[in-house]
Amino acid sequence: MSLHRLPALRLVPAGARRLLALAFIGVALVAFAPPIVRAAADEAPDALVKRVTGEVLALIKSDARIQAGDQARIREVIETRLTPYFDFERMTALAAGRGWRQATPEQKKVLAGQFKTLLVRTYSGALNQYRDQTIKYLPLRSDAGATDVTVRTQVEQPGQAPVQIDYSMEKTASGWKAYDVVVGGVSLVTNYRDEFNAEIQRGGIDGLIKALEAKNGGAGAK
Amino acid sequence: MSAARVVAGRLGVLALAAMLAGCAVAPNRDDPFEPMNRASFKVNEVVDGHFVRPIAQAYVAYTPKPVQTAVANFFGNVRDFVSVINDFLQGKLDKAGNDMGRVILNTGFGLGGLIDIATEAGIPKGNEDFGLTLGVWGFPQGPYLFVPVWGPTTVRDGTGSLVELYMGPVGYIPDVPLRNTLYGIGALNARAQALSAEAVALSAALDPYAFIRRAYLQHRRYLLYDGKPPPEKDSP
Repeated sequence: MSLHRLPALRLVPAGARRLLALAFIGVALVAFAPPIVRAAADEAPDALVKRVTGEVLALIKSDARIQAGDQARIREVIETRLTPYFDFERMTALAAGRGWRQATPEQKKVLAGQFKTLLVRTYSGALNQYRDQTIKYLPLRSDAGATDVTVRTQVEQPGQAPVQIDYSMEKTASGWKAYDVVVGGVSLVTNYRDEFNAEIQRGGIDGLIKALEAKNGGAGAK
Repeated sequence: MSAARVVAGRLGVLALAAMLAGCAVAPNRDDPFEPMNRASFKVNEVVDGHFVRPIAQAYVAYTPKPVQTAVANFFGNVRDFVSVINDFLQGKLDKAGNDMGRVILNTGFGLGGLIDIATEAGIPKGNEDFGLTLGVWGFPQGPYLFVPVWGPTTVRDGTGSLVELYMGPVGYIPDVPLRNTLYGIGALNARAQALSAEAVALSAALDPYAFIRRAYLQHRRYLLYDGKPPPEKDSP
């Protein structure tokens, strides 16, 4: 997860934290040279969505392994290029609804990790079907000082009705992060609420974690 | 036995019943017929999985893409025509204008609807149907239903679909074999369009039945409010 979420770092003074962040970014640069460095904390949310989706889609079109249907490579691209811009803990909290408050910090961590794995897997499957769509970025309607906005996009594909995809985004210490994606009115996050509630009622938080693990492990084995 | 003891005994039974009800998984308020619907869902998995889905997959895999696009455009044009009527029934004149423009442009200049010029020209689709019209008129959504082969619906949407099936333009074609062929290709096209969304849902869901139910209801709500639904109250 991102730097500001590590509890130990909250004790470090801001200046030192920035240095630490720089060092971390330096290591990351050497490791896989992603464009994360450009994600300045003051980048506008709509500009961020446009830049990140543009980069990922361009990569998908140009990458030979992805074009050949290499699922592992798609997952890798999503892990490095997309997930840094999502707040998975908040997404998990929204999906679990009331059940989230019953969870211990340890359970929350495991749950968010499993939910992240499931979403990444689903998203890579969906991106695999990405062909000739074009994305239109609709104008952002929000106040200058807003810390919670909805970035609206429209995906157009020949022969089909356009699909509206909205990103609910929140301003955090490390820049804007998405906490929900709404496709044609269907929220990726609250769509899980019935299933999460049922699992929690059946077997508690641990029951839900087990169900997610089974889902993630089961499909990974295929 | 005194009257007081009888009352106390009854209260005890009531409390016990309430406790037991609390232990069971709370029923979904949109889906009172869940056990029946889940049975239908299972039947559908067999029927659809063995017959309908393979046909739709073969259609997508072996029919030339331009043919698939033309078929999708043709039935899209029929839908737009139905949409015009529903736009008027709902009093949405701007949408009626758009949809009417789409039908005239695509029928007249797009080879009877085989080419979707209107989308190229940037005229948005209204996507209205009679189920939504009933909703705008104030009919309640009614229980959620899962119908084998047909898929997810509600009492309100199902009523709308049945009315459209009998009153829709294809129903007026006097030549029975042609009419039935169009019904068949239309159903195939609709099933083929749903394949990719279905694949995503199956990969995403812990419980495909619950996932599809929630997605269907959310999407219909979104359409009912013309893409701007008010925030949902937190359901238990």
